Amino acid sequence: MAQFLQVLLSGLATGSIYALAAVGFSLVWQAAQAVNFAQGEFVMLPAFLVLIGEHWLHWPLWAALLFGFALSILLLGLAFKRLIVQPFGPDGGLPLVIATMALSILLKEAVKTFYGAEAEPFPSLLPNGTFHVGGAVVSVRDVLNLLAALAVVLLLTLFLDRTKTGRQMQAAAQNPGVAEILGVDVARMTLYAFLLNAALAAVASFLITPVYLAKFSNGESLGIVAFIAAIIGGFNRIRGALVGGLLIGVLDNLTATYVTLSYRAALPLVLLIAVILWRPQGLLGDEEARIV
Amino acid sequence: MRGHREAIGVAVVVAALIVAPLGQGNYIAYLLCSWLMLAIAAMGLNLTLGYAGRISLAQASFIGIGAYATSIVTLAHYPWVLGMAVGVVLCFVVGLLLGFPALRVRGHYLAFVTLAFNSLFFLVARNEDWLTGGTYGLSGMPRPRIGPVSTSGQLAFYYFTLAVALLAAVVLRLIVRSPWGRAFKALRENEVRAESLGLDVRRLTLLAFAIGSAYGGLAGAIEAPLVQYIDPGSFDVVQSLSLLLMVVVGGLGEFWGPVLGSAVAVLLPEALRVTAAYYLMLYAIAVILLMTRCPGGLIGLARRIAARPARRRGAAVS
Repeated sequence: MAQFLQVLLSGLATGSIYALAAVGFSLVWQAAQAVNFAQGEFVMLPAFLVLIGEHWLHWPLWAALLFGFALSILLLGLAFKRLIVQPFGPDGGLPLVIATMALSILLKEAVKTFYGAEAEPFPSLLPNGTFHVGGAVVSVRDVLNLLAALAVVLLLTLFLDRTKTGRQMQAAAQNPGVAEILGVDVARMTLYAFLLNAALAAVASFLITPVYLAKFSNGESLGIVAFIAAIIGGFNRIRGALVGGLLIGVLDNLTATYVTLSYRAALPLVLLIAVILWRPQGLLGDEEARIV
Repeated sequence: MRGHREAIGVAVVVAALIVAPLGQGNYIAYLLCSWLMLAIAAMGLNLTLGYAGRISLAQASFIGIGAYATSIVTLAHYPWVLGMAVGVVLCFVVGLLLGFPALRVRGHYLAFVTLAFNSLFFLVARNEDWLTGGTYGLSGMPRPRIGPVSTSGQLAFYYFTLAVALLAAVVLRLIVRSPWGRAFKALRENEVRAESLGLDVRRLTLLAFAIGSAYGGLAGAIEAPLVQYIDPGSFDVVQSLSLLLMVVVGGLGEFWGPVLGSAVAVLLPEALRVTAAYYLMLYAIAVILLMTRCPGGLIGLARRIAARPARRRGAAVS
C-alpha cells in the first residue's frame, strides 16, 4: 500500500508536467489547427536558455530564469507563429507538419552544436527531501511539482473562462469568422495562444529538467507523450489534456512497478489506439467540439 | 510529348546511375545503395499518402519487418529471395491490418495511430530477444547470390540494388497508371464522390496501405544485406518521420518526388560535409523555407520554375 502510494504520487508528478506540454499543444492546435511536432523540443529548449544566462552571461539564477522565460516566449511563441505557422495561412496541412518536424531537428541540433551534447545538471528550484505519510516515503519535489502544475492549469482555465480576453480567445478558436464580425481581434487572440503555449512549455521545462538533467534529446519522448496525453484526454478541452497527462504519468509508473518494465511504454500507446478508434473525441471531449 | 521527354529523362538518369559508382570506391556505392533503399520505402509511402491520401507514420516499422524477416531467413541459410518474399508478404498483411483504422479515422488521428504502431513495433523488436536479438540486433547477414554470381562486393550489390529499385519503380508505375491508381487519386480528392462512382472505398484504402507497406518490406530486404547489421533503433519513429519528410520535400503525389526527396536526405550530407556539424541545421532551415514558400516540394518548385517562361509567353500572345 505504501509502495502503491509512492508510485501513484511520483506518477502524478511526472504526469502533471506532461499535462503542461499537452495543454499548450492543444491550445495551439485549437487556435491555428497546427500540430506542433516540435512540442517536445519546446520543453527542452527553455532550460538551456537559463543555462546560457547562468554560465555564459554569469547572471544569478533568478535573472537567468527570467531571461530564459522571456526568450522562450519570444522564440517559441512569437517567432514560431510569425516565421513558421503564419506563412502557411489558415490551413497549413501536411507541409506545416513537416515544417514543425524540421524545426524540431533545428532546435535539437542547435543546442547540441552550440551548447553541448552532454547532459547538464540544472539547478533545482524546489527544495529536495522527503517526508513520510502512512509508511510511504514522499518526495517534496514531487508534491510541489504536482501542485505547481495544477495551479498553472487552474489559472489558465480561470483566465480562459472568466476574463474577457480568455473568452475572446475561445470565440476566436471556435469560429474565427463570427468572432471577427463580433469585433474580436482574431489574429491577436491566436498570437496569445502561441505565447501561452511557449509560457507553459517554459514552466514545464523548469520543473522537469532538474529531475532528468538538461539534454538536447530530452524532447524526443516528451513530445510524443504530450500528443498522446492531449488525444487521450480530448483534443478540444484543456481539462482533457490535464487528465490525459496525469493518466499517462500514473499508468506508466504503475505498469513499470507492477506489470512489466520492458513494455512500460506500450500501455499509453495501446490506450491511444483504443481511444482514437472508439472515442476519437477523447475521454473528456464533447461529441461536438467545444473548443478551448 | 511529355511522356516522351520523361522517357528520355529516365534513360539518362538510369545511364548515369550505372556509371555513377565506377571508380569511386566502396563508400560511394554504399551511399547510393542506401539512397535507392530509402527511395523504395518512400515510393511506397507516397502511394499510401500521396496518391491515396492516407497518412502513415509507420513506414520505418515495415522496413523493419522486411529487414528482420530477411535477416532471420538468410541467417538460417535460406536464399535471399525467400527472405524477401516472406518480408514483403508479411508487410502486405500487416499493412492491410493497419489499414483498418484508416477506415474509421483520418488526418492527424490516423497519423497518431500509425505512429503508435511504429512505437509498439520498436518495443517488440527491442524486447523479444529470441527472435530479433533485442538491443544487440542481428548481424552478419550474407549478401544474395544470383545463380553463380555473388553480390558480396559493394559494386555488385549496388547493381543488384539498382535492378531491384528499377523493378519496384516499374511495378509502381504500372499500379499508378492502372485503374487502381486512378481510383486511389479519386479517393484522395473526394471520397464521397469516389464512392458514388461505384468505387469500393474500403477495399481501396486497405490496398493502398498494404501495397505501400509491402514497398517498405522490400526496402528492408535490401537494408539487411546492405548494412549487415540491424537493431531496433534503425526502425524507430524518428525514421518514419524522416521518410515522411523525404516524401513531402520531394513532392507529395508526384511519381519521382520520393526518389528526389530521399536523394536530398542521403546525398546532400555528403555534399555539405564541409559545413560539418551545421549540416543538419542547414537542412532543417532549407526544409522550413521550402515548405513555407512551396508546399508542393522540390518537384512542385521545378514545375513552378518551368511554368514561368511559358506564362510570360502566353501573356505576350494575348
